[in-house]
Amino acid sequence: MIKTTQWIVVTLVLCLSVSVAFSQGLAPPSNVTAVDTPNDDGSSITIKWDAAVEGSGISGYQILRRIADGELETIGALLPADAATYVDSAIEKGTAYTYIVRAVGETEATVDSEQTPLVEGTGEWFHTGKIPLLIAMLLFSAAILWNIYDARSGKDIFVRRIPGLEAVDEAIGRATEMGRSILYSTGMAGVSGVATIASMTILGQVARRTADYETALRVPCRDPIVLNVVREMVKTAYLEEGRPDAYNEDDIFFITESQFAYAAGVEGMMLREKPAAIFLQGTFYAESLILAETGNSVGAIQIAGTDSEHQLPFFIAACDYTLIGEELYAASAYLSREPMLLGSLRGQDWGKLLIFAAIVLGVVLELSGVSWITTLLQRVS
Amino acid sequence: MKRQVPLVLCFVFGIVMILTQFSPHSVSQWVYEEVISWVLIIGPFALVLATVTLIQTHTARIRRRTEHWQYSFVVFAGLIIMVLIGIFFTPQNSVFEWLYNNVQLPMDATMFSLLAFFIASAAYRAFRARTFEASLLLITALIVMMGNVPVGDFIWNKVLFWTPWEDGVSWWRQWILDNPNLSARRGIILGVSLGVISQSIRIILGIERSYLGGGD
Repeated sequence: MIKTTQWIVVTLVLCLSVSVAFSQGLAPPSNVTAVDTPNDDGSSITIKWDAAVEGSGISGYQILRRIADGELETIGALLPADAATYVDSAIEKGTAYTYIVRAVGETEATVDSEQTPLVEGTGEWFHTGKIPLLIAMLLFSAAILWNIYDARSGKDIFVRRIPGLEAVDEAIGRATEMGRSILYSTGMAGVSGVATIASMTILGQVARRTADYETALRVPCRDPIVLNVVREMVKTAYLEEGRPDAYNEDDIFFITESQFAYAAGVEGMMLREKPAAIFLQGTFYAESLILAETGNSVGAIQIAGTDSEHQLPFFIAACDYTLIGEELYAASAYLSREPMLLGSLRGQDWGKLLIFAAIVLGVVLELSGVSWITTLLQRVS
Repeated sequence: MKRQVPLVLCFVFGIVMILTQFSPHSVSQWVYEEVISWVLIIGPFALVLATVTLIQTHTARIRRRTEHWQYSFVVFAGLIIMVLIGIFFTPQNSVFEWLYNNVQLPMDATMFSLLAFFIASAAYRAFRARTFEASLLLITALIVMMGNVPVGDFIWNKVLFWTPWEDGVSWWRQWILDNPNLSARRGIILGVSLGVISQSIRIILGIERSYLGGGD
């Protein structure tokens, strides 16, 4: 008897809600779909529906979900009336869910959409949105590989003169003549920084020459891993030049990981030892000018190189030579003159040409009112 | 063999790490995070070696009585005090925090503040209008500097009130930053990005192997 009464009450309440909703003209959300969110790791499901038209009386939406045989639960906060999408990121992988979108009227009346079919979040192995990026990467890599392959045939490859790298011998020669040391900083980044690797490559070339000239090469390091790699590199360079006796492990040492304490340490070295040549190669931050200006004040010949574009003006103002951006990466090829490395430089130039052509084409198309290239690039970024 | 194993590892991990950038799958992301955490494991071991070299360097300085050798005692005092307090009383200890906030931070701030003087001396050299380029730099720098301070527009509006532009120096400053400056910066960034990709390909393929300890 009680059950029957409860059933009647629930039915009446439901009928009343529906009638109130319809009396207000509150239509249930239409075209409700729930799909596995594309290009994710399977941790979300996207629910979409047709947005409410103006004057529909809908003040917001509430999303409800349930697992196959479970209870209906409300998720997330009340969405605004103009919302048409909701991403449920609080799902469990491997569990199927079904969703209902509840429209909430201005008078608190509600009306539910139809229940969506069961859907499960699955991770994708390939991000389809990154196809243009992949194509660009493959094209650029192919250009570099082709040029490396081509360079193996022994063709002469022209590389423009880079004054900063031409001056390396001059700087080392000056230090040798003056009987003073050379100070080399690999910058502030760790060993995983590409600029640090480029810097270590230049250091290898510098070490070969200092081994020949018997000039002291001092390398203060900020990163412990860089310290160990640099020691190994310089030691090998001295060995290969037949001067293992000239190698002094104590000349390559750790100062600190703290940015300004490192700057203070290197600055102190510059003022005390007055090196004849200073190399500042790698990634630098605010300490760049502190180091470069101190080096300038002790009268050292300074060759800087960095990919941190914000620090370039400081180096240009305070140093004798500056390797700007990509020149730092070209240094190993330039100094070693190895055909395969030079080939990769030409491949790099092909890439630049490709980008330049895309920019010109984009500008021309935009001026003509066609914006597909801009849209494509925006989508990739 | 000593050279081949690192080259193979470099190739395999280089390719795998590139592929993880194109795959949002949880397995792919797990591989990425796992490899990154291996790098973190190497760090503490290297730090021990680095600390040993720091101690060796300063011990040698004290032994040889090199210039300002007394300061090496300050290095040892700082190292020992911070390490002992950090180990026995944890870095959250009030003494440790006091030393950090009242000794290390002010010293860092002092070094950073020195930049103002270094910028002045570097600017003096760079802005000497001896060539056309230096003169151009001087004029541009003046506009940007004046555009950054309220008095710049005040002067413009008082002196150049007859021009059609109000707050003209701010407008020119913004134009310089948004057009010639941004174009040059983007050009450098493009070159750097291509350089990074090229260098990475050389490293992954084992063409660039000087980081392994030698040029060949």
